[in-house]
Amino acid sequence: MSVTETTHDRAAPIRPNQGPVAWARANLFSTWYNALLTLLIGWLLVRAIPGIIDWALIKASWTGDAAACREAGGACWAFLAEKWRFILFGTFPDDQHWRPTLAILSMIGTLIISADRRFWGRALIYIWTVGIGFSALMMFGGVLGLDYVPTDLWGGLPLTLALSIVGLVASFPLGVLLALGRTSDLPVMRGLSVVYIELVRGVPLISILFMASVMLPLFLPAGVSIDKVLRALIGICLFSAAYVAEVVRAGLQAIPKGQVEAAKALGLGYWQRQRLIILPQALSLVIPPLVNSFIASFKDTSLVIVIGLLDLLSTAKAALTDPAWRGFYKEAYLFVGVIYVLFCYALSRYSRYLESVLGQGRRR
Amino acid sequence: MSDSNVTVTKAAAPPGQAAFHLSINNPVVRAILAQLGVALAVALVAWYLVGNTMDNLARLSIASGFGFLDREAGFQIGETLIEFGPQDHYSTAFLVGILNTLKVSGIGILLATLLGVVLGIARLSSNWLVARIAAFYVETVRNVPLLLQLFLWYGLLTEGLPGPRQALSPLPGIFLSNRGLKLPAPADDPIWAWVAALFGLGVILTLVITAWNAKRQAATGKRLSMLPIGLGLILGLPLSVLLASGGGAIDMPVLQGFNFRGGMTLSPEFAALLFGLVIYTAAFIGEIVRSGILAVPKGQTEAATALGLTRGQVLRLVVLPQALRVIIPPTTSQFLNLTKNSSLAVAIGYPDFVSIANTTINQTGQAVEGVLAIMAAYLVISLSLSFLMNWYNSRVALVER
Repeated sequence: MSVTETTHDRAAPIRPNQGPVAWARANLFSTWYNALLTLLIGWLLVRAIPGIIDWALIKASWTGDAAACREAGGACWAFLAEKWRFILFGTFPDDQHWRPTLAILSMIGTLIISADRRFWGRALIYIWTVGIGFSALMMFGGVLGLDYVPTDLWGGLPLTLALSIVGLVASFPLGVLLALGRTSDLPVMRGLSVVYIELVRGVPLISILFMASVMLPLFLPAGVSIDKVLRALIGICLFSAAYVAEVVRAGLQAIPKGQVEAAKALGLGYWQRQRLIILPQALSLVIPPLVNSFIASFKDTSLVIVIGLLDLLSTAKAALTDPAWRGFYKEAYLFVGVIYVLFCYALSRYSRYLESVLGQGRRR
Repeated sequence: MSDSNVTVTKAAAPPGQAAFHLSINNPVVRAILAQLGVALAVALVAWYLVGNTMDNLARLSIASGFGFLDREAGFQIGETLIEFGPQDHYSTAFLVGILNTLKVSGIGILLATLLGVVLGIARLSSNWLVARIAAFYVETVRNVPLLLQLFLWYGLLTEGLPGPRQALSPLPGIFLSNRGLKLPAPADDPIWAWVAALFGLGVILTLVITAWNAKRQAATGKRLSMLPIGLGLILGLPLSVLLASGGGAIDMPVLQGFNFRGGMTLSPEFAALLFGLVIYTAAFIGEIVRSGILAVPKGQTEAATALGLTRGQVLRLVVLPQALRVIIPPTTSQFLNLTKNSSLAVAIGYPDFVSIANTTINQTGQAVEGVLAIMAAYLVISLSLSFLMNWYNSRVALVER
């Protein structure tokens, strides 16, 4: 680089990068390999996108039967039009579908209200009691003139939501106890907690579900039987308790030792210290990772298919076994996949938002 | 020295604690009582559950114990790494299952790491299109249950592909049909053993020369460029022998009747499971790699550049060793997740350990033993993998002052 060039560079005023050309030059063609990559990806997109649009919109069939769909050659949205109720609600009695709909809305509403930090506190307990209680009333029925619907008829989205929400809430107390045990000074408590947590985290969820489904009946005295949904729920609880415990432990370890010492100096006992001083601070630290565990457990509930429950994914798979509508697996999985993505994406955005808002006070 | 210690302890102890009060208000007594209580409660619950189980098993007249392992399995397994027939024992079937699990997780971990590193770097790319596509990939794949992805892959690989007669052939000798992926395989020819041996020799020589090169650089400041040497030894050596001998015999898949014969097969079950696991886990590893690279302060890169290191050297000698320390622990748990997730094979019919144990449970009714075997197998795999990764992590961490 010669001297004149340098002066020339310096003399030219730095223009703000404006306009699509400048933007493209900075972000798409900054170096030769970036230009090459851009061209390669652009070429691939140009080749792929028309095919996708063709399949999803132009050649798609919106009405008609399977034969018409196969003739058109594109996506068969008619399949979803025919099966969406089964995929969403499973084998719940057809004329009662308004009940699972209300149950879903109530569960989602409860989640949305609890996401608002203004309601955090004692109010949440009432909101959850009402929201989950109403959902349970809608699903079970049996009172107020509603027909009783046994759990083996439940399926689809309400079952997925119920398993993940109830699973996480019910596993929370056990998880906190295990976390306290693991950080305790008492060797017996610590040993038991460590063994439980490591044992459960070392094995796949499927094996726990198998255990819940085939071993739980053996554990109980003769003549006592529990229904399949409850068995799956117990398995999910035992599993996610270990994961919640590790998340809560991270929070407990982040609390400065001075807090415990100050609480001891005030004369508080162990449970008073944990309840009044340590846990409120530790739990508020771990709310974002807890939301992430909820996302994981929401996706994990899809495994209940291996013990024969009809959750959202299983109903989609079951809808595909209808001999009249074979082979439209792409449409079915796309439909279910979009529902999962909507829930998980919203939750993960929320977790990131919480991280930034809750972190404000601690950030330096 | 021990004397002085004792005096210090004595002096520090408050006078009240010198005498031991056997009272409920004594924290030591309370701690012992609490632990005894918890231990007793756990033992009681365990005793109750085991007792019930024994009663139930006796009532159902199921013999407990692992004696069934020596009985004839009587089922066929689609894919095996070792010889297996219906006349073999359940223990052999279990071994086949464990090997299949290890096979898919081993290959999966390797490929997921490669794809994950590419994704992590792509998300940080200065190319807008590359970064966007990587971000879209990560956000979508992470938010869809793995099982759904496995079903979709399995559907695409079986129903979505034509039969063997209309098989797609992107390259000569490679056939993609609903019977799986057919690849040319090395035929039974001694030259391939030589090639493999030379490949191993090349790897060893490269490692030795790398160590010597590092020593020489430390002593004299001079270093050889390792890329051509390594490539020449690892790839050039075996390839040149192969070419010199006129090329080894290759077993090409050929369409005969309704299916292919010869060549190597990747079954649709294995391929779907592998694709699903790799694509799902890579999204998580990509995020870990991205955060690891971001965790290295920019000043490190700038300082290294100021010292005159090239771009590659900066990445290899300065950024990566520091990023690895952040990357390895969470990546370990992703490897463990991949191994545990491989148990979803049972849902698409790949004969992994869980699926074979499940078949065994259904045939023999030995539910307790079957579930215990699954848990034990995964615990052993998980613990050894985490032991291995912890060892590697401690090696990487040692670089730190």
